[in-house]
Amino acid sequence: MFSLENITNTTHTWLNQTFSPTLALLTEFLIVGVLVIGLFAVLGLVLVFMERKVSAVMQIRLGPNRVGPMGIFQTLADTLKLVMKEGLTPNGADKFLFNLAPFVVMITAMLILAPIAFAKGFQMWDINIGVLYVSAISSISVIGILMAGWASNNKYSLLGAMRSGAQIVSYELSAGLAVLSIVILSGSLSISDIIASQQNGWWIFKGHIPAIIAFVIFIIAVTAETNRAPFDLAEAESELTAGFHTEYSGMKFALFFLAEYVNIFIVCAIGATLFFGGWMPFHIGSWTAFNNIMDYIPSSIWFFGKTFFLIFLIMWFRWTFPRLRIDQLLNLEWKYLLPISMFNLLLMTFVAIMGWYF
Amino acid sequence: MQALSNRKKVLEQKKMTLVERLYLPAIFQGMGITLRHFFRRKATVHYPEQKRSVPAVFRGLHVLRKDENGAERCTACGLCAVACPAEAITMEGGERKAGEEHLYREEKYAVKYEINMLRCIFCGFCEDACPKEAIFLETTFAPASYDRNDFIYGKDRLVEGFKRHELVSPITTLKEAQEANK
Repeated sequence: MFSLENITNTTHTWLNQTFSPTLALLTEFLIVGVLVIGLFAVLGLVLVFMERKVSAVMQIRLGPNRVGPMGIFQTLADTLKLVMKEGLTPNGADKFLFNLAPFVVMITAMLILAPIAFAKGFQMWDINIGVLYVSAISSISVIGILMAGWASNNKYSLLGAMRSGAQIVSYELSAGLAVLSIVILSGSLSISDIIASQQNGWWIFKGHIPAIIAFVIFIIAVTAETNRAPFDLAEAESELTAGFHTEYSGMKFALFFLAEYVNIFIVCAIGATLFFGGWMPFHIGSWTAFNNIMDYIPSSIWFFGKTFFLIFLIMWFRWTFPRLRIDQLLNLEWKYLLPISMFNLLLMTFVAIMGWYF
Repeated sequence: MQALSNRKKVLEQKKMTLVERLYLPAIFQGMGITLRHFFRRKATVHYPEQKRSVPAVFRGLHVLRKDENGAERCTACGLCAVACPAEAITMEGGERKAGEEHLYREEKYAVKYEINMLRCIFCGFCEDACPKEAIFLETTFAPASYDRNDFIYGKDRLVEGFKRHELVSPITTLKEAQEANK
């Protein structure tokens, strides 16, 4: 059976046998770095294409269909265009911060990838505070966005960045509380432990109603956190032209664009890990025969399948709902989502203490 | 106030019920609509492989018709040029020589006949003005070129028999259209 775990283990033993441990470790760092950058490039291309196709079919259109079969090379052509364009820096801009901002956003996205388990035994860094690490690092991206908005010396950019800052900081609360409710159930912050605890069923099924409420809150909060419609006030093209990246062009703009899509992938991967068991196949309690059949599907396919389902869900939101106003957005978080998620956390704790989950 | 039409409606702003204030039913309804769109037949016509059908009275590019013996009907009377509001038509008349009876129906014919398709507004007045039933507007349309001079259509591209990029009238599937164009 195809397994990424075997590949990593073989590579690891071969490197350690051939080179000294230090050199082997450095080589592994290098391989991981190349893989991450490769994943980013592929994700950018695939997700942008997916978004365009999803938006098209939801509007009863066909979407890109000229470049290559079914238009699959459309995003490649777009990337080529962006690479060829001049990366302008406006005269009044703070040059250093302006050029630094896209990289801050990008590197933040890269850092969050570290504790994510892509398949069974295929994880970069299995730290015991994985969930905490993710929620801590994901807040850094707001610095990049504020930096971009401030350094652009443009009213639209600054407004967009301010809105984005307010939005990310507020929605992190309910996202964090939703994540916390799963941590209560599994009793661990480590991603691999959380996945292992879903051996006999995913938390969204095992955790009853509080888990479902937590999932709904999580998906709303991460949609807001990644600045996606209907919460895309940071870029709100009809009001703020393009918000915080109005002044960016060429490859620097592409980095923001790519970071947006990679962030979507990451939050969906986290959602899939917490609520849908990450790479864990669909297991039902102690039905050994059924569980064994499900085990035949490689774990990487399970992980990417769930993640892409959640990505599709978020894209579905984007092409269905109109944008909220900034006061409605903050009302939704502070007046509704936060109290609900706090109450839900209490309910979840009660459920966990009483042992009412499977 | 007196109603100005029979469609007057008094707007009532009722308080929203609890279900409405939850917004969740409306949200799921909206998502259901977009999901239904997902499986709907797409409205797109794959132009240029596939073309929409146009009615027979469609006013597209002009054609100078021939009669049943294959002789040109146009006598260069100039009425179409007079009728043309865009002044797009130019012509030069000439006398038919002996032995050309099979080419031109009457003693006078158009030696030169040009329509500037950039000036033409496709109103069809020339068609109406023509006493000899020579000029007609066909269903072919959308010429494109990099050169402005290409839009001045001479007799070579106006007289009937010139093969145009013809319109595939019924909407076919993309595959059928591609095979037909091969």
